[in-house]
Amino acid sequence: MIKKIQNFFKEFNSREDDEKRSGKIYAVTSLFDTPNEIMNASTEVADKGYKRFDTFTPYPVHGLDQAMGITNPLVGPIAFVGGILGCFLALLMIWWMSDANYPNIIGGKPFFALPAAIPITFEGTVLLTGIATVVGMLVLLNKLPKINNPLNDTEFMKHVSSDKFGIVIGANDKNFSETEVRDLFQSLGGHSIQNVYYRESNLTDKTPLFDSKFIMTLIAVAGLTALVSYFTLNYVLYEVVPFDWMRHQAKINSQSPSDFFPDKAGMRTPVEGTVARGFMPYEYKGLPDSAVRLLANPLPASKNILERGQDRYNIFCSPCHGYFGEGDGRMNDQFPKPPSLHNNKVLNWMDGNIYHVLTNGQNVMPSYESQISRDDRWAIVHYVRALQRSKNAKDQDLPK
Amino acid sequence: MEFNTKKLPASVGKWGMILTAVGAIMAGAAFAVDSHRAMFGYLWMYMFLVSIGVGSLALVALEYLVGANWSTPFRRVSEFLSAIVVLLAVLVIPLFFGMHDLFHWTHADVVAADPILKGKEPYLNTPFFIARTGIMILIWIIFYLLFTKNSRKQDITKDPALTAQNVKYSAAFAILFILTISFAAIDWMMSLEPHWFSTMFGVYYFAGTLVAAISIAAYISVGLNEGGYFGFKVDYEKYYSFGTLMFAFNVFWTYIGFSQYMLIWYADIPEETFWIMNRMEGTWIYFSLGLIFIHFIIPFLILLPRSSKTNPNLVMFMAMWLIYAHAYDLYWIIMPTYFKDGFVFSWNELGFFILAFGIIALVFNYMASKFNIVPVGDPKLERGLHFHLN
Repeated sequence: MIKKIQNFFKEFNSREDDEKRSGKIYAVTSLFDTPNEIMNASTEVADKGYKRFDTFTPYPVHGLDQAMGITNPLVGPIAFVGGILGCFLALLMIWWMSDANYPNIIGGKPFFALPAAIPITFEGTVLLTGIATVVGMLVLLNKLPKINNPLNDTEFMKHVSSDKFGIVIGANDKNFSETEVRDLFQSLGGHSIQNVYYRESNLTDKTPLFDSKFIMTLIAVAGLTALVSYFTLNYVLYEVVPFDWMRHQAKINSQSPSDFFPDKAGMRTPVEGTVARGFMPYEYKGLPDSAVRLLANPLPASKNILERGQDRYNIFCSPCHGYFGEGDGRMNDQFPKPPSLHNNKVLNWMDGNIYHVLTNGQNVMPSYESQISRDDRWAIVHYVRALQRSKNAKDQDLPK
Repeated sequence: MEFNTKKLPASVGKWGMILTAVGAIMAGAAFAVDSHRAMFGYLWMYMFLVSIGVGSLALVALEYLVGANWSTPFRRVSEFLSAIVVLLAVLVIPLFFGMHDLFHWTHADVVAADPILKGKEPYLNTPFFIARTGIMILIWIIFYLLFTKNSRKQDITKDPALTAQNVKYSAAFAILFILTISFAAIDWMMSLEPHWFSTMFGVYYFAGTLVAAISIAAYISVGLNEGGYFGFKVDYEKYYSFGTLMFAFNVFWTYIGFSQYMLIWYADIPEETFWIMNRMEGTWIYFSLGLIFIHFIIPFLILLPRSSKTNPNLVMFMAMWLIYAHAYDLYWIIMPTYFKDGFVFSWNELGFFILAFGIIALVFNYMASKFNIVPVGDPKLERGLHFHLN
């Protein structure tokens, strides 16, 4: 078995470059034997003014980048821009999540608090700096991926990746002339000086990124990954914590017992003299509606409030009262029909009366205090007022 | 290997004398005018010298411990500066006499009326405080003598075994350094506000000492190398290492400083927040915001590009900047205890600042005139001189 694998790699390594090379020259290559020669040669080639050349060594040689005249590469600035971008994107993300989209009070801090955002900002900066460095260097500067570089599978490449040092001067250099380059290599002590020609496919193919095979492979891999993930998460790991879609949580559900309290009841009554957040005690509870004549609507009749009121009204009120308050709701045959909201009694009511009925209930109508929040009840009052006005519109109510 | 090291210019000694004299006169006047206030200035100067002296000793140990080559040609700079730890034993004496001014846990009536201070009394009491101080300074002096004795002996014998021995001492000192510097921070600076506590305060000061020590080593080494005082000239890559370490320690300081702040901010417990609140009241808020810019944002942006870490003038400028930034940081830690409502800059504190630099210059000048400025017998020196980054 091992023999077979070894043989496979031996054959793979010794296979000839079977693709036909065109007549168009890509570069001239030369091999050198020692690191000192390659340092000297790199310096000389750079001094001659060649820009499109590269040096290959089988191991890192110190000071080679200086000898080649590579100064201050663009990777630094690219990484910096990536870092700044990551910094601001992370801040934007935190602001969006914790202030704009899903504001939640945490520890009494402001929704968007800079100290809490700094760790994420740091991570975001580091992440995008890293990505910008890799992408900037490999894609922007080295122009990868390039899967069929003409240098691949040449004798030159085999040597510089094992036992020799080499220089390539590209034909796209503006000083390039085949004879001059060959003379230069000769004078520097290079040997095995060879021309490398483009493959025919290099000249015809645009770029491997848009190759249909490449794209189909990508799609296949993506589809396979999605399928495997879907079945793993939804079937294989369905019962395994923490992949159980948060069905099992370490919290007390309503009506469930708890060993924490002496009376074993999970649900607790509020502490004496306190009010839960978002709840306002209703002081007219159970009193006749005459007591609430002076209760005023605390909300402005703005577009948002009216839309909210309409939304809540259509959910909670319209089943009996109907969408327009005429008492012709969808529950008509199963439940006593309520009177219209447009009769004189309701028209003459104060806002507080309507609110009181919503909160306290009236006749067969139950209290909606536990279903609809205080602000939403007041929004419904606004909406009911709007309905009444629309059914009894006067001339001046019409838009001009 | 022979090194034709030049003598330091006479101006170093001259300026050291002038700064020391001016600083001493101003400090003496400050004591005469308001001795309570002057004690805080004195503590500020003392902590700055602890940062430079003990931090330099830690850098020497660090070089032995990790086997660094690049810094070997410059190790004597840190060795010379670490001679300050011997002076610390003398300079600490006024602190003992000023303890009543500095630390209100020394007031018996205050402690008797305060159950929290009563509970801390087994640790915060005068005899134990003096004993701890003595032990800390003794440890620093012992290791200073151990390192420098072997290092100087090696100049003559060129025995590599001495390096191996110093590596062993370094391993011990690495642990003792972290312990002693934490105790120093807690005893001398955190106990100024004995009700306050922060488990990160020791690391915070530790990070600050390393910033100060690597910066002053960078400033002197680059300056001497550019002037040709070493008898050899190394290329710009060494400056890159200094710049990188300055940058790294500075970011580490920021990381620790921010972590301390964020934990206090998140927990929001009164016994922790009052220390921060004190630094956000009155004009202190501007001083605190200034600390963020002076100690982090500006050095971070300037030292970030590779080109600025290889520019000798910029490395020296930023080194001096960070030394000042550390003094600024210590002022921010110590002074709000005295100036509750806002900071006051005046000659009372400036004298101690000048005196600190005078002492550093004099110590360095004295050591450089007495001992070799290059560790000529160190087996790592040759590799250090031919060090390459890439």
